[in-house]
Amino acid sequence: MSSEWPLWEIFIRGQHGLNHRHVGSLHAPDAEMAIRNARDVYTRRNEGVSIWVVPSNSITASSPSEKGPLFEPSNSKVYRHPTFFDIPEEVGHM
Amino acid sequence: MARAVDQAAFVEWLQRVGDNALILGHRVSEWCGHSPVLEEDIALANQALDLIGQCQLWLGLAAEVEGKGRTADNLAYLRDAAGFRNLLLVERPNGDFGQTLMRQFLFDAFHLELMQALKTSSDPRVAEIAAKAEKEVAYHLERSADLVIRLGDGTAESHARMEKALKSHWPYVGEMFLDDAVDAAMAEAGIAPLPSSLKTGWERTVSTVLTEATLTHPGEAFVHKGGKRGIHTEHLGFILAEMQFLQRAYPGAVW
Repeated sequence: MSSEWPLWEIFIRGQHGLNHRHVGSLHAPDAEMAIRNARDVYTRRNEGVSIWVVPSNSITASSPSEKGPLFEPSNSKVYRHPTFFDIPEEVGHM
Repeated sequence: MARAVDQAAFVEWLQRVGDNALILGHRVSEWCGHSPVLEEDIALANQALDLIGQCQLWLGLAAEVEGKGRTADNLAYLRDAAGFRNLLLVERPNGDFGQTLMRQFLFDAFHLELMQALKTSSDPRVAEIAAKAEKEVAYHLERSADLVIRLGDGTAESHARMEKALKSHWPYVGEMFLDDAVDAAMAEAGIAPLPSSLKTGWERTVSTVLTEATLTHPGEAFVHKGGKRGIHTEHLGFILAEMQFLQRAYPGAVW
């Protein structure tokens, strides 16, 4: 067994109505202490109203070596951007 | 103010509350850069800053009530050891991490009882500072109680260290609940509770946490006292030598 505490990914909601955003990671022995540590490490300048912690090893990431098949096909498909509609004046900024 | 207050006693009492925060804050700050893990280092530094922030408010009010043109900084940096009114418990050395946490827990449990009682102080300035400090102190207690439980009920090594820490601090907890003439004057004026009245609540918290931490409650013990009257252990002089060095060597120096 490793003598290091497991790694946790920290997500903070900055204001009500916004999404939780990934702010970084830290070590903690369990979820409860991860929240406490996150409070002390990432919200000391009044950054948040809510904290999520997720064990880093629960995250499945896409593989960098597959970025060709995963992402490149969408490069040339401009018609997927909703930029070809005429927006009526009265709608204003969207 | 509704009732006449002995101003000298009020200043004395404000220094007691402020000096507890100042000296413990300084002690905790000594861990900065030395904690076992980065996350604890930041948590302790935050806590030290909370305490020093509270001390600024209490000593600021002490200086204001005193009315001799002194400031919170003057009180913190220019009094000698005999002028300090903190409890002996808070000047005790950091020792190992377990000793630091146990000292913190025993004080936090008392500190929270005191701040909660002070929210209904007859002096609105005292009530306001207490209301602000209470939220910080509640978090300090949540954190120190949790760590005392984790380490007490942890490995054989951590358990033994926590038992040792508890035993070594225990003779210093009694001073928190001793009443004297200053305390009586404050209680009379409705400014602050008698320290002895806080013991039941403190005992409840401490017993619950020690049981959960599988630590042995030491029971009644000899009580070391004197801090509230300015009679300190040899440790305070060393704290002041470091804390006051700059203002003593370069009087009036500013950032």
